[in-house]
Amino acid sequence: MVEVSEQLIAGLKKKAVTLRKHIIRMTHNAQSGHPGGSMSACDIVTALYFHVLRVDPSNPTWPDRDRFVLSKGHACPVWYAALAERGFFPVEELMTFRKLNSRLQGHPELGTTPGVENAAGAEGQGLSFSVGLALASRMDHKAWRTYCVLGDGEQDVGQTWEAAMAASKYGLDSLTAFIDRNGIQQEGRTEDIMPLEPLAEKWEAFNWHVLTIDGHDFRQILAAIEEAHRTRGRPTAVIARTVKGKGVSFMENKIKYHGAATSDDELKLALAELEAMEAAF
Amino acid sequence: MVVVGADTTESIKTIEFAKAFPDRLFQLGIAEPNMISVAAGLAAAGKIPFAATYSVFGSAHTYNVIRQNVAYTNLNVKIFCSHAGLTVGPDGATHQINEDIALMRGIPRMTVLVPADGPETAKCVDAAGAMKGPVYCRFSRTNVPTVTAAGDGFTIGMARVLRDGFDVTLIGCGIMVARCLEAAATLEKERISARVINLSTVKPLDLATIDRAARETGGIVTAEEHTVVHGIGAAVASAIAANHPVPIAMVGVQDVFGESGEAEELLHKYGLTAEKIVEGAHDVLKRRDR
Ligand SMILES: Cc1ncc(C[n+]2csc(CCOP(=O)(O)OP(=O)(O)O)c2C)c(N)n1
Ligand SMILES: [Mg+2]
Repeated sequence: MVEVSEQLIAGLKKKAVTLRKHIIRMTHNAQSGHPGGSMSACDIVTALYFHVLRVDPSNPTWPDRDRFVLSKGHACPVWYAALAERGFFPVEELMTFRKLNSRLQGHPELGTTPGVENAAGAEGQGLSFSVGLALASRMDHKAWRTYCVLGDGEQDVGQTWEAAMAASKYGLDSLTAFIDRNGIQQEGRTEDIMPLEPLAEKWEAFNWHVLTIDGHDFRQILAAIEEAHRTRGRPTAVIARTVKGKGVSFMENKIKYHGAATSDDELKLALAELEAMEAAF
Repeated sequence: MVVVGADTTESIKTIEFAKAFPDRLFQLGIAEPNMISVAAGLAAAGKIPFAATYSVFGSAHTYNVIRQNVAYTNLNVKIFCSHAGLTVGPDGATHQINEDIALMRGIPRMTVLVPADGPETAKCVDAAGAMKGPVYCRFSRTNVPTVTAAGDGFTIGMARVLRDGFDVTLIGCGIMVARCLEAAATLEKERISARVINLSTVKPLDLATIDRAARETGGIVTAEEHTVVHGIGAAVASAIAANHPVPIAMVGVQDVFGESGEAEELLHKYGLTAEKIVEGAHDVLKRRDR
């Protein structure tokens, strides 16, 4: 396992709380959007944007940058929050999320938002898009890597498995897929809507290198990325066990907050919880 | 009757059907192409399946499955979709399908319905269930005023004149019917008498009613929450061009994608308003009298 300093972990934890506050504020301000899946993916996105990805906020289309693809586009609040905190655009702009004439569309739009790498909204297209990126990186003999975040509901989508086959056919070891295994999709638990288990075995059967981690443990997230980098000849799927709505007690594991913003009272409670967490650092 | 769903049964309320008939709703997850083909299989074995989800997923996302497994196979599948058009609002362009009428009316054997309000949507369900063959019915997520009466008859293939008039005809579908009526009231104050037609069946088109409108009023404005490329405007234009050409103006989305915003803001920005219909009527009258 790689050496990861206490200081790095503390910094990432703190950043993740900042992103979660943005997510809550953005969706509250819009009175719509998808906080639950944004919060569950938050630690993965934080680790990538604040430690792993080689990107240049002053040159978002730098050709040699690593690519981050958000397949589950409805979770874009976490992406926008990370991009703003990373300096791709002003943090104040986050409050235009979902408003008329905003660069921060309700679902990601390629070319409009600095740093956004793919359009998403209809579930299940991001991994295929990532396969295309990884193929291009290899054709051009480049070192940049592709990281794709998928929802577990997206495992229902046939195209996800079409992409899985294509990625292993071409041995795309520069591609890492994170499956945000929060156990909930839009209107229920994944195992009630469309049972997924055994999920790791499915990805293994598609010839991927598969890791299962706690998606809220930065050491495990960073170790998984490290292992993906070392893995040759196969793409890596990281099944990240997460909690939908993670970070705000009354939102955790609640189906409702898949696609519902907080009320005014809930906003205060949520921010108070997150601020208390922040103060503890 | 059976219902198939794709992780959206609560928001589009087919869950209510499952409460009454728990073993007749099949929840198939986020897998719409599969959902449509499963519906086709159910239909082939004699069931009357209603496949229901958001319009973007029940049309564009599944287009060739519908084409091959439903229409080409001529099966009794009823696709009922909510969340059509711009009024989906803040979710943005990925979810605002303004092309589904175009897609669906291009498929041979497909019946295409666009109800104007709640009561008419209920009638569409009954009529679609009673006829044999594939049906696509689309409606919006937003609240709409009721413009049809409970007692109004409803026959697939028949357009209904909601208000008579002789100077110009306003033909609308879906949420734009209410705006056509609003526009007609404005025009009346200007002493322009506008006929209003609710085109709730887009296909098969009621050629007789459209032809009569062209002959009797001499000008047509169409209004739809949909692209003007191959929507109801295009359908009406080709019908009158073949029979009795008169000037026509089309109110609708102008070959662009939508964006995030509140429903009313978007309708305003993209020109889907009663004012634009009035402008269209003025334009048509000017061109006719030239
Ligand atoms: C093809 C498609 N069908 C339906 C939807 C509507 N929808 C939006 S999010 C969602 C559930 C997503 O669940 P999951 O992938 O687990 O996301 P997460 O829990 O990470 O938020 C659904 C059904 C969609 N976006 N795309
Ligand atoms: Mg999920």
